[in-house]
Amino acid sequence: MAEFLMLSLVPLLVASLCSLSCALLGNFLVLRRQALIGDAISHVALPGIVASFLLTGTLAPPAMLLGAGVAALITLALIELIQRLGRVDASAAMGVAFTALFALGVLMLEWSGASGVHLDVEHALYGNLESLVWFEGNRLAALWDPQALAGLPPQLARVAWVTLLVGLFVMLAWRPLVLGSFDAGFAASLGARPGLTQGLLVVMVAVAAIAAFEAVGSILVIAMFICPPAAARLMTDRLSRQLAWSLVFALLSAILGVILAGHGPGWLGIDAGLSAAGMISVVAGLILLLACRFGPRRRRIAPPLA
Amino acid sequence: MMEAWLAALTFSAGYNTRLVTLGSLLLGAAAGMVGSHVLLRKRALISDAVSHATLPGLAAAFILIALMQGDGRWLPGLLLGAAASAALGLVAVQAMSRHTRLGEDSAIGAVLSVFFGLGVVLLTVIQAMPVGGQAGLSGYLVGATAGMLASEAWLIGGMALGLLVALIILHRPLLLLCFDPEHAWTQGVHLQRADAWLLGLLLAVTVVGLRITGLILIVALTIIPPVTARFWTDRPHALVMIAAATGALAGYLGVTLSSVHPRLPTGALVVLAAFVLFLVSLLAAPRRGLLARLIDRYRFVQRVHCRQGLLALARDEAIFDPTTLRILHRLGHIRRDGLATAQGRAAARDAHHEERLWTYYRHAYPEEAARLGTHRLDPISRLLPPDLIDELERRLPPEKPHE
Repeated sequence: MAEFLMLSLVPLLVASLCSLSCALLGNFLVLRRQALIGDAISHVALPGIVASFLLTGTLAPPAMLLGAGVAALITLALIELIQRLGRVDASAAMGVAFTALFALGVLMLEWSGASGVHLDVEHALYGNLESLVWFEGNRLAALWDPQALAGLPPQLARVAWVTLLVGLFVMLAWRPLVLGSFDAGFAASLGARPGLTQGLLVVMVAVAAIAAFEAVGSILVIAMFICPPAAARLMTDRLSRQLAWSLVFALLSAILGVILAGHGPGWLGIDAGLSAAGMISVVAGLILLLACRFGPRRRRIAPPLA
Repeated sequence: MMEAWLAALTFSAGYNTRLVTLGSLLLGAAAGMVGSHVLLRKRALISDAVSHATLPGLAAAFILIALMQGDGRWLPGLLLGAAASAALGLVAVQAMSRHTRLGEDSAIGAVLSVFFGLGVVLLTVIQAMPVGGQAGLSGYLVGATAGMLASEAWLIGGMALGLLVALIILHRPLLLLCFDPEHAWTQGVHLQRADAWLLGLLLAVTVVGLRITGLILIVALTIIPPVTARFWTDRPHALVMIAAATGALAGYLGVTLSSVHPRLPTGALVVLAAFVLFLVSLLAAPRRGLLARLIDRYRFVQRVHCRQGLLALARDEAIFDPTTLRILHRLGHIRRDGLATAQGRAAARDAHHEERLWTYYRHAYPEEAARLGTHRLDPISRLLPPDLIDELERRLPPEKPHE
């Protein structure tokens, strides 16, 4: 029990909360066919965080959030610029913007890597769930001991706040979000401000990506945005049910992923741990695969567009 | 540091560096070419899925090779593994976007992250294995030409050259496919098969580029050069050529720069070199670059002000806009106090007459005028044939007196 509380509880909670907030937002991304915005934002979180670290010398959350937020804004502006001026399609513009910024991030990371403080390419890419140890959680009573609770890794509180924020956003902006996802023109005619909603959605995606970044790294967070909602999409036609399915799938991926990564090798008799973040995306992918194969609403009604 | 870079640039920094530079030049050209075709088919980000899907195959191959010979670093085996899993990823993307109601963007994102996740899991398996060569694997993520063996450089250079040749041969069918599938079909070029060939070539370029730019950044080399080339030309042939040249230049600059210091990541520098070329094109390309457009816009605004000012002069209306006054004065049409000069009066008469002709043309031939789509700023004699102008002049209604 003590081992579970110390080593597994916090990663489970952090992974679950991250996956819930990402899945919630990911529903709208999948509906709007903007899944790759999540890809772009997740990639540029890295240079943003590295830049803020180099400028402020600290890894404090506000600095990281600001850095990644600024990077996201720069990326979006760059994408718009490239699309308008270059007259290429959105995905190409995205590709140029986020790969260049990511390369800049890698360069900054490697070149300043001599400092070696807590930030290195591997962790930025794969996340660091395994390091979220609750040293004070050595007995069951620690769960309601304020002093022990104060020793919880700060990532947990951060991720909890972000999940709350995301939940609030989805609740408050529900109508504009839903309308804008299906018919932007109609939404505009009703005064639902699709442009503003889109902007806010992207900002929330950036916030959720940054919070999840620490847990699962910048590339695996994409799995959290896309796989559970995509699987849910294939299960039902109704948006509320889709949201519910996506949260279930997200929770399942997170919990199974963390458990399999931490204890799976032990069950096979090997004394090692696997990457929790990687496992989470693998489980999410398996769920998606099952949904693609057996989901009740997986069929396309019309033939695919070219 | 500059001397070291110059030495690398002029191919005089050692045998290995020379080989790698040449290989990356060829790779950049191949990536630019294949990327242009993918861009023209509007599937630019599928290369992201392909590149990230190489990781599990890479790791699995490493494990197999390490189990067989203790050290997992055997380039041909690793590249084969990478190609296999990338092919699987491609199949998954196609299957998902064709047979379910998910869009291609969701398919790409899902395959990208899930395959990469599987690869990460396998990487942690490798970490737990008592085998050698693990540190070298991270070079496949962000590119590391520093520790490359000569044999590896030969392999990569050779494959890049082969790809380049294949792309040059398939160049015309691929373009035909993109712009006129029916004609391509009559020429015996099957759409789906050619699509598969294109994606296969993309896969090959990705796998070859793994060692040089790393899998996370190879996608940049297939996207940035074509987008850069887009600023210079509207023609597809030229697009492919310029993209190849840009890609080659980016590979050349990036690899030579990273050879100067072992801590400089190759992939990042290649991509940043490509991005610099892109920025330069964005700003300075003629006609489509930012500067060219700003100049064009400036000139257009000037002409509108001039024309409107002259029309106002012709109708004896007062001009209040300071910009118009300034422009007319600069061109010599008005004096400092706003009074028209003789030259200005003549120009105003011409402008007024042109305006009447254009207006009458729009009235008499509305569809043709709409198709012409001009702003009426251009002289009518330059856009319409003389006999039509004669006819318009004859039929021009008499001028109504101004109120």
